[in-house]
Amino acid sequence: MCVSVQELDFDPGAEMAALSAGQEEVGAVASFLGLVRGYEGLDEMELEHYPGMTEKALAAIVAEAEARWTLRRVRVIHRVGKLLPGERIVFVGVASSHRGDAFEACAFIMDYLKTQAPFWKKERTAEGTRWVDARESDAVAAARWGSSVA
Amino acid sequence: MSVKILYFASLRETLCCSEETLSDLPPGVETVGALREWLCARGERWSALRTGQSIRAAVNQELAQASQLIADGDEIAFFPPVTGG
Repeated sequence: MCVSVQELDFDPGAEMAALSAGQEEVGAVASFLGLVRGYEGLDEMELEHYPGMTEKALAAIVAEAEARWTLRRVRVIHRVGKLLPGERIVFVGVASSHRGDAFEACAFIMDYLKTQAPFWKKERTAEGTRWVDARESDAVAAARWGSSVA
Repeated sequence: MSVKILYFASLRETLCCSEETLSDLPPGVETVGALREWLCARGERWSALRTGQSIRAAVNQELAQASQLIADGDEIAFFPPVTGG
């Protein structure tokens, strides 16, 4: 399964290795690892999602990437539930024959994940809880790839 | 027409509702946008769904526009802009 939505942590090194294991035609593996960014006062981040739609949305984003670039293998992992600052939250790994496809597809998947996949972050600080606002810069980043996969 | 409606994140908290099944939708409520308007008329806290509020919708787990038709048995979801990654 190339898409996972889970509470458990994951091993980025093992995921990277698995992307090329047994595939001699893979010449490039690009990856993105997202962490819970800490700041003074942040105690915890909670991630809510829409079970069912989340997996479908991620699979659709991967399928779109596979249609646009020549890819050998793709892996997307997104964690949900309660996470502490510094913890891993998302992994995108792309294996292809050449680096151009791998770099671009990896950035594309992250940009679309940010704007299309139904996840929501809630921060907890000493003052209470607060839902994180969507950022215009994420919409701009997704828009550079052209038409939506929605 | 009977539909299941889900609400997520801040919208779920504002509405104090995560899921409901509506079996009494009037005949005129045939699109996502019309359903949203009909829900708004329920009272004050439901104005969180009014036009102009930044709310996304999905029908059967795929993102949907206000003009999308809804049908008996659909699963419809409303939620704020996503913030994953």
